[in-house]
Amino acid sequence: MTHQELDGIVTLADLLPSQEAEIVRIETDDTVFKRRMQSLGVVLGTRVSLHRSAPLGDPRIYTLMGYSLGLRNAEARQIRVRVK
Amino acid sequence: MKSPVTVALVGNPNAGSSSLFSALTGVQVAIANYPRVTTELASQDVTHKGVALRIIDVPGIFSTSSRSPEELVGCDFIRRGEADIIVNVLDGGNLDRSLFLSSQLIETGRPRVTVLNMIDEVRKAGIRLDHAMLASALGSPVVETCALRKEGVEALLDAIVQVATNPPPQPMRLHYDQHLEGAIDRIQGHMVTLHGAMDGHRARWLAIKLLEGDEQLLRGEAEHAELIEEIKREQNSLTHEHDEDSAGLLAAARFAFSNGLLREVRHHDGDVSAGFNATRLLDDFFLNRTLGLPLLLGILWVMFQTTFSLGAIPTDWIKAGVELATTYVDGALPPGMFHDLVIDGVMAGVGGTIVFLPNIVILFFFMAILSGTGYIARASFLMDRVMHHFGLHGTTLIPMVAGFGCNVPAVMATRVITNKRARLIAMLIAPFMNCSARLPVYILFAGAFFADIAGTVVFAMYMASIGAAMLSAVVLNRIIPGSGGDAFVMELPPYRLPTLHSVLHHMWDSAQGFVAKVTGVILVGSVVIWFLQEFPRDIAYTQDFGAAIEEQEAQPDGPEKDKALKVLKSKQAQEKLEGSYLGRASIAVTPLFEPLGFTWRDSAAIMTGFVAKEVVVATYAVIFAQEEESDDLTEALRGAMAPATAIAFMIFTLLYAPCLSTIAIIGKESNSWRWAGFSVAYSMAFAWTMSLIVGSVSKLLL
Repeated sequence: MTHQELDGIVTLADLLPSQEAEIVRIETDDTVFKRRMQSLGVVLGTRVSLHRSAPLGDPRIYTLMGYSLGLRNAEARQIRVRVK
Repeated sequence: MKSPVTVALVGNPNAGSSSLFSALTGVQVAIANYPRVTTELASQDVTHKGVALRIIDVPGIFSTSSRSPEELVGCDFIRRGEADIIVNVLDGGNLDRSLFLSSQLIETGRPRVTVLNMIDEVRKAGIRLDHAMLASALGSPVVETCALRKEGVEALLDAIVQVATNPPPQPMRLHYDQHLEGAIDRIQGHMVTLHGAMDGHRARWLAIKLLEGDEQLLRGEAEHAELIEEIKREQNSLTHEHDEDSAGLLAAARFAFSNGLLREVRHHDGDVSAGFNATRLLDDFFLNRTLGLPLLLGILWVMFQTTFSLGAIPTDWIKAGVELATTYVDGALPPGMFHDLVIDGVMAGVGGTIVFLPNIVILFFFMAILSGTGYIARASFLMDRVMHHFGLHGTTLIPMVAGFGCNVPAVMATRVITNKRARLIAMLIAPFMNCSARLPVYILFAGAFFADIAGTVVFAMYMASIGAAMLSAVVLNRIIPGSGGDAFVMELPPYRLPTLHSVLHHMWDSAQGFVAKVTGVILVGSVVIWFLQEFPRDIAYTQDFGAAIEEQEAQPDGPEKDKALKVLKSKQAQEKLEGSYLGRASIAVTPLFEPLGFTWRDSAAIMTGFVAKEVVVATYAVIFAQEEESDDLTEALRGAMAPATAIAFMIFTLLYAPCLSTIAIIGKESNSWRWAGFSVAYSMAFAWTMSLIVGSVSKLLL
């Protein structure tokens, strides 16, 4: 187990339906994507939970700030969260 | 005070700016319940209490410093600072996310009016908002509206005029933590030394944007190497200290501001999640992991089945009306060329096309329901994985569904796609989406050859159109150099009930558009086709039909005589058509289509359909009216073609060359006529191949 997993830090894509988490950071070099996520509320401390998955498990809908955001797992893996 | 006062409606995508624009100005613009329906600025002047206002609808943005191309129009507009007053439209049920943009708009220093839109949903959810506190924290008047029901419009106009006549003396200022404030101060100081005296708020706004990394503004300062150096230094030291870049820190600070504000002003009465649950319940059903995709298909099937079967009833009335009119005109006009032009050209072509009006209106009714309820966003969510396999993107579904109406807005709607190459591919597959212009062809052919399962055949043609788009995406992904897809980022709005007004408007609009086309391009087309099939008149017939007919006429009456006369006349008409300009041109290209089983009539229909695909039906109508074998187009068609060939022809019509308007818009949106030309060549080759395959398989099966 890595150090980060011990801290309860996983990626958004690893989140299970019953779990609640807080955004830690976005890990990507794609600044356009990063800015887009930030303006959608994906910033340090925002609470997020998994709302539901598409028929084939990808993409998934997350709930944050009271709204629903659809993301592919490939993108969700770039977002680090701390499970509460 | 400036006149007119420029008032910009700025809000998140799907916050209702366009609905509000319509409510304020009375000008109906496209509205739906999914993000990014509006892609261009819209402007309209109104006068309220003697003050001239220029209302501008700005395409939705999440942030004024966005670098996503779909937000460029909105961001550039804010950056240019053209708005005298900013009306910040907030989705009342989504304040947590919307106030982020508000915090950026505050920093522009412009006088603002804050609108809490969709206030009915907020009330239904049992939420109370403290207006007075919100107004003082945001430094602007706060107005509640429900744009779709035109509630609060007067109050909003009053507030706009109030702000225009008495602008707030001191713009608001947001405070950040000391590290950020220090960096902003130092950059601002540097700017002032460089550019001399600057308006304090403008300088602070610029400093914040530069620190945030706004590329366009940084480019504007590129000549000041020292300033750029300084900005980089500040950015690096912030990143080093906080383990997050400056833009991220500013974003987090802005959300902290909005969270704090909402804790103060928002109060819940009773059941907190009542409103949210309806959407959750519906999503349990529509986004169900096993049921979701079959449901999507089922919904589409019902849509096309109803479009066909329900449309048949009023179609019969229109048909009867057209027949009545034709009989009347037939009697009223003296025999001669003008009579023939009107009856066999105009009445046949226009009358043969206008009968599809009910089908088109019904199709647009369904499209209005799908886009107005928020189901389209779900559909793209459900389909993303499948489309990803074909190198496409879930959001490509939105232009694709728009393509069911017309390919031209579909090509424009590809602006929701960020990646340039992905957008180009989406643009090139958009013409394969079955636009409503092709619907008459399918309804005619399906009704003629597969009357029992016509609705399903029409549905199958739409599925084939999606299949063709997917297959082409795979091919194009290989042909077009480069790589890279696009992130699927899509907000799913709550389900909403579209208003009767917006649905009716959608249907009325489509009806008007169709009638305009029929009385325009179809009318002209029918006249041109009639002349092309009527001339030249000096045709070398294989026999002297005039004499032969006279000889028959002299025979005693009886069924024998009638039959012989009919054969003679039909033979004459056939030879006349084949000798005409239309016939000759069509016969010349027919070898190309012979492998597909098409005759010269079909080639003629295909060639004329280049202009607009409705002309395909009009061409058949004019040709068959001339041949006079049967009064009914359906019957005539059944006599002229085998069912397998009919399928091949429908496939060909679906796929071959986009119409002229679509070719033009591809050229414009891709900024290259080469791609427009490519689109024509590619779709012709694709249509030919697919039509051959499908036709051959059908021949074996039928």
